[in-house]
Amino acid sequence: MTQAAMKLGRPKALLDNRTHYCPGCGHGVVHRILAEIIDEWDIRDSCIGMAPVGCAVLAYQYLDIDMCEAAHGRTPEVAAGVKRARPDKLVFSYQGDGDLAAIGTNEIVHVANRGEPISVIFINNAVYGMTGGQMAPTTVPGQKTTTSPKGRSITGEGYPLRVCELLATLEQPAYIERCVIGTPNKIRRTKNAIKKSFRVQRDLKAFSLVEVLSPCPTYWRVPPTKAAEYIETYMEEIFPPGIIKDTTK
Amino acid sequence: MAVKTQEKVLVTGNVAAAEGAVRAGCRFYFGYPITPQNDVPEYMSARMPEVGGTFVQAESELAAISLVHGAAAAGARAMTSSSGPGLSLKQEGISYLAGSELPALILNVQRGGPGLGDVRCAQGDYFQATRGGGHGDYRLIVLAPHTVQETCDLAHEAFDLAETWRCPVLILSDQQLGQMMEPVRLPTMKDVPRVQDHPWALTGAAGGRERRIVKSFYWRPGELEGFNQRLRAKYETMENELPRWEEDAADDAEIILVAYGTSARITRDATRAARDAGIKAGLVRPITLWPFPAEPLVAAAKRGARFLVVEMSWGQMIEDVKLALYGHPAPLDLYWRAGGGVPTVHEVAEQIQRIARE
Ligand SMILES: Cc1ncc(C[n+]2csc(CCOP(=O)(O)OP(=O)(O)O)c2C)c(N)n1
Ligand code: SF4
Repeated sequence: MTQAAMKLGRPKALLDNRTHYCPGCGHGVVHRILAEIIDEWDIRDSCIGMAPVGCAVLAYQYLDIDMCEAAHGRTPEVAAGVKRARPDKLVFSYQGDGDLAAIGTNEIVHVANRGEPISVIFINNAVYGMTGGQMAPTTVPGQKTTTSPKGRSITGEGYPLRVCELLATLEQPAYIERCVIGTPNKIRRTKNAIKKSFRVQRDLKAFSLVEVLSPCPTYWRVPPTKAAEYIETYMEEIFPPGIIKDTTK
Repeated sequence: MAVKTQEKVLVTGNVAAAEGAVRAGCRFYFGYPITPQNDVPEYMSARMPEVGGTFVQAESELAAISLVHGAAAAGARAMTSSSGPGLSLKQEGISYLAGSELPALILNVQRGGPGLGDVRCAQGDYFQATRGGGHGDYRLIVLAPHTVQETCDLAHEAFDLAETWRCPVLILSDQQLGQMMEPVRLPTMKDVPRVQDHPWALTGAAGGRERRIVKSFYWRPGELEGFNQRLRAKYETMENELPRWEEDAADDAEIILVAYGTSARITRDATRAARDAGIKAGLVRPITLWPFPAEPLVAAAKRGARFLVVEMSWGQMIEDVKLALYGHPAPLDLYWRAGGGVPTVHEVAEQIQRIARE
């Protein structure tokens, strides 16, 4: 199927369930990207996903593949356990920034450092969505959240954690890229990055991670139509999109 | 490694548990160092590659149990082991395993607590093991060996139980049992594939089959309550079918001692000494701590026996004895040492004599 045709209908791998995501949420877009890739590569029978604890906890309601739940932040280790048991499958871990960059920092660092051949999809929306918009390690300076009512201050609350750059200091990860759910071009780039991450897993048996700057209009308190602009204005400077590490060339 | 070729070997309880698991088809071991169970990961790091298995020294017990979670979800026989503080960290994953109804083997070589405690022998993790140290309503099958041979045999059986009941198995050992050496006759190597295609296991949805989801999250109204009712019904069946125990001169005993693990070894010697002194004492040794064997205790209470519980904790197992004897009142005593103190045969024998004199 051509990309144009894909855009018109619902990918087969995306189940016909109404999502629980808010209008303008980035999770749904990334789910669709995953479903498109599963269809295009015809890998429903060989793909296993990990759902996180976070707004995407129900990812398995939408993706028509075998999936496993994980405790909050342990997602990449559960994925590594699945991959160790079934090395011939394509295993991805899908995580939010609270899951990956706060409670699960230890797990992501060590899974990356061991070079576990999994693909990590890291949704950075700068807040804890599921629990009601609290501050995340990725919340930008000055950003108001329900636990930083005066805006995140660097003193005491720290500077946003740049996960890609942190993991890029490790030897084992083969490919790390930061993408954006914004303009159609940026979304296309996200899809290509996830595809590349899957290729890295399949062909090079290496660890890779794609960070996605992803809208949470609800807790940014902006209309969905302004979310792309919000990312450009407030997030891209702190989290510069692009390839952060690539040893595949 | 010598263990591989000889059928009768002299090994520690910890190595016996590890080799028992290997011979049960365990090909995935994930651990983290903590005394007094370090020879389990050490042994597995060499043994797993020999049998085509996987060994990972994880960055924490949280990670180790999460690796077990993933491997078990994919159909593997996966094991982890730890002690004290490590078991506390594993509770998160254990609750998820129980909630996802995944089979797995967890070995706890108990040390003293609370907190960092120390690395000497203790049995203070009884509540944690049998009451569910993690969150939510769930049970584990809890097995309590008292010899190195039995440690090996129970590890060899554990995965069959875990898969039959889709329930994690916890072997509750202790420092002395784990670190002492005894001769062991090794069980046979079971013919189990590296990963099994259970009807619930994550294998990739091949051939257009329905997708599988391994999870413990139920969010629709009433859904979780229904799941809990189903779990409870399963546990009730297990309570009927699984209790296991061993008796030593309990038939006609007027004083029944109840003890498990290392305490049971000491207590058995003490009851035999009491018999030699003309006191009708006997031992009931629970092998399953959950489900707890009420039957032999009720039978003894109906005969008019009185009871003495011996444990290396302030009185944890005695609560299960009380529950077992509910409706069958009988005199009940406790002798305990905790925090690294191990009862001597002499101490327990004195307690038996004291009760006999009353
Ligand atoms: C151990 C534990 N601590 C806290 C929670 C509560 N909790 C659920 S989701 C979540 C944060 C989710 O935020 P994030 O990972 O950024 O994902 P998002 O919802 O924004 O997609 C928290 C703290 C939990 N479920 N488990
Ligand atoms: S709270 Fe934010 S992340 Fe969660 S569904 Fe709504 S928009 Fe998406």
